[in-house]
Amino acid sequence: MTELLSIGILPVALTLMAFLAGQKLQQKLKSPLLNPILVAVVLVLGFLFLTGMSVSSYKAGMNTISWLLTPATVCLAVPMYEQFRILKKNLPMILAGVAAGAVSCLIMVAVFGILVGFEPVLTVSLLPKSITTAIGVALSEMTGGMTGVTTAAIVFTGIFASIMGPAFCRLFRLTDKVAQGVAFGTAGHVIGTSKANELGALTGAVSSLSLVVAGLLTAVLLPLMVNLI
Amino acid sequence: MKYLSQFCIILAFTLVGEALQRLLPLPIPASVWGLALLFIALCLGIVKPEQVKDASAFLISIMPVMFVSPAVGIVENWDLISSRLLPIFLLLAASTCLTFGISGRVTQWLMQKGGRHD
Repeated sequence: MTELLSIGILPVALTLMAFLAGQKLQQKLKSPLLNPILVAVVLVLGFLFLTGMSVSSYKAGMNTISWLLTPATVCLAVPMYEQFRILKKNLPMILAGVAAGAVSCLIMVAVFGILVGFEPVLTVSLLPKSITTAIGVALSEMTGGMTGVTTAAIVFTGIFASIMGPAFCRLFRLTDKVAQGVAFGTAGHVIGTSKANELGALTGAVSSLSLVVAGLLTAVLLPLMVNLI
Repeated sequence: MKYLSQFCIILAFTLVGEALQRLLPLPIPASVWGLALLFIALCLGIVKPEQVKDASAFLISIMPVMFVSPAVGIVENWDLISSRLLPIFLLLAASTCLTFGISGRVTQWLMQKGGRHD
């Protein structure tokens, strides 16, 4: 058994299969709760538990995939460039909304964390909760956060924004398509954007742009925030 | 060969990003430097979208798979968060709701004020 568990590509193969299973499940049942990342995590943890493979050797085996994250994040510049051109006319309003949302999100998390008396490391791990995992995990790592907690918080936030988004639009009386896109992208990053895409092409495009801008802005502001916690 | 040369350009920007993260005294991740520089290069026409488009679409599409491994790492921090699940849930839910409202309201207000619309 231990010999089989030491096969180098096992963690990667396991992760890909678990992720694809999650994707199939979501396509079939169409529930945002069945996020493929979430399903894959549950399946992988189940596998580790049943076989006794350690989390650290699983993560070590995933290094080959993990190093692709930085170049993949760099690639977000390409869709951002394309949306910048399409959305030129509405750009100032979009950027202002994203900035207001990203800044207030950071302040809310920091203030809540201090009021409730969270350990600083926990608050720091939760700060990037509304931005795309690609930048959020890098920020968490850089500021001494727990990347596992950060990833879980980001995925939860995205699912929450995508399920509650339509209700939030009514609550805040967001009728404008551009404003809705800004809200989905700024609060719910990539997962919220998939919901925004269902609401319409313009909403989706604004949301995709907003999530990258929110990520960039948070990357600049978050380290300053960490000093205050 | 198309993918190889595109991937090479992306890696070049990644490398410059990694170098900037190490050389500059700013707490900004390599990926953010690379993203910003590639965006500027696209705006200035130094890099044409066609030179990076396919490889970047592929990398972006497989990105979610890369988050499974860090998310699995949450079991290593379970002791610290298991006793605080309710406040963490409240924090995430409330801040997500308000971030949604604030960002959307600001944009909508500006759109109505400016009267510019598509």
